[in-house]
Amino acid sequence: MRVMVLVKATEDSEKGLPPASEFADMMEAMGKFNEELIKAGVMLAGDGLKPSSHGKRIHFDGPKRTVIDGPFAETRELVAGYWLWQVKDMAEAVEWVRRCPNPMRGPSDIEIRPLYEMSDFEDLEKR
Amino acid sequence: MADTDIHRTVETVFRIEQARLIAGLTRMLRDVGLAEELAQDALVKALSEWPKSGVPDNPGAWLMAAAKRRAIDRLRRARVQERKHAEIGRDLDEGRDDAVEQIDAALDDDIGDDLLNLIFIACHPVLSPEARAALTLRLIAGLTTKEIARAFLTTEPTVAQRITRAKKTLKEAGAAYEIPRGEERAVRLASVLEVVYLIFNEGYAATAGDDLIRADLCAEAQRLGRILTGIAPNEPEAFGLLALMEIQASRLKARIGPDGEAVPLPEQDRAQWDWLLIGRGLDALEHAEHLDGADGHYALQAAIAACHGRASRAEDTDWARIAGLYDRLAAVTPSPVIRLNGAVAHSMAYGPEVGLALLAPLERDETLRGYLPLYAARGDFLFRAARYAEARAAFEQAAKLSRNTAERNFLLKRAAACGPAGPITC
Repeated sequence: MRVMVLVKATEDSEKGLPPASEFADMMEAMGKFNEELIKAGVMLAGDGLKPSSHGKRIHFDGPKRTVIDGPFAETRELVAGYWLWQVKDMAEAVEWVRRCPNPMRGPSDIEIRPLYEMSDFEDLEKR
Repeated sequence: MADTDIHRTVETVFRIEQARLIAGLTRMLRDVGLAEELAQDALVKALSEWPKSGVPDNPGAWLMAAAKRRAIDRLRRARVQERKHAEIGRDLDEGRDDAVEQIDAALDDDIGDDLLNLIFIACHPVLSPEARAALTLRLIAGLTTKEIARAFLTTEPTVAQRITRAKKTLKEAGAAYEIPRGEERAVRLASVLEVVYLIFNEGYAATAGDDLIRADLCAEAQRLGRILTGIAPNEPEAFGLLALMEIQASRLKARIGPDGEAVPLPEQDRAQWDWLLIGRGLDALEHAEHLDGADGHYALQAAIAACHGRASRAEDTDWARIAGLYDRLAAVTPSPVIRLNGAVAHSMAYGPEVGLALLAPLERDETLRGYLPLYAARGDFLFRAARYAEARAAFEQAAKLSRNTAERNFLLKRAAACGPAGPITC
């Protein structure tokens, strides 16, 4: 199965990159972790995202489209980075996230969301 | 955490770690069967201790340490035995410390090399392709005997026996436990790639089947391919094979129609292709080409698949390029099937008459006698050359050879499209 692993934003991550030395340490730790993911055949894709101040939202309401500029308020619900992984099951994804170096300075969350698979649509047709 | 949760965590950690555990232990013990046994012992120990002590902070290291201790115990006992039997006068303690250090060094060394070596051992040419596939899925991909049995439509005892026998064969053959070098390495790598692709095709051919675990074999093979490129980053053909699998797998969803029938490439809905996999495939292919591997057996097949992957509409397909790639592939890997596929590409690039001319010598080839795609291709070329009566006969002949209802219906539909039956007049 494939999962999307979402690194949730914090007040810090919304401010942009951390100071250079801290950033270097973080990159080294993450680099090692990514290397492990690659050697285990887990990694499909992944990247870090710029703060929401660089982002835009398009609000849909019927035929109407409204473009809203960042930053967005609900910091803890925002995404600061993502991976796409190929794993055997959710338990494996959880185990890999446990091994991830803490991506943020303070407390933070990483969320795992399974992707829809072919079999999910087959079940839908049977309903 | 409830006991069942802890059991699940233990099993998950073990699944992630077992290939490296076995790989490290195999290097030291030079016996893949014993290595697997000791890794299992570590699992049993974790299952009994973690519910009491809680899951350790670094569960992978814990398992490694437990397996290491078991390995050292074994070696000590073996040394004592050896001493008793042969009455060697050497100082036991000295030997013992040495063994411990050796194991430490082996397990702390670059894990990638150990894992690569384990793959080389599991895919050793002394084993049959089926045994290699079973052992690879068991040791590297961490599938259970039951899962392997389901995937290969056989029984659990058969797979268990196949694996046991494979380990015995390896031991008896005194299979080399060092990473092969030079000429030998190329031969052994070819054997590894062959096994990974065999696993992939077992899944790919079965996507019309009812059993999803068979389709999951594609994912396992892709994962093996990714591991291989991760730990052998200088092998162009590893990247070539990965590229081929990623691009082929990108079409898994689109190649089966609503009634389970195969949808030929030009008619597939390209929006249903997995563009992430196509992108990964193109990256891997580029990597293979950078490593001077453009003319590899797998890289060329991947390059052909990539030509389709690059075309966002069927009519944009660069058939001349595909035809050229087939010619190069036929030079690297002489095979009538490749020449047949090449004939199809040439017919698409240069017209059905060219295709028919290339087909003529293949029709006399003994190895292609009764080979359905040959008749289907002939039918298609004749149809496009407006020789409908002959086309109809070719499609009907192909339909007779089919053992699959959906495929037979498709061929009969093509035959019917050639107009009413009648004597062949030309």
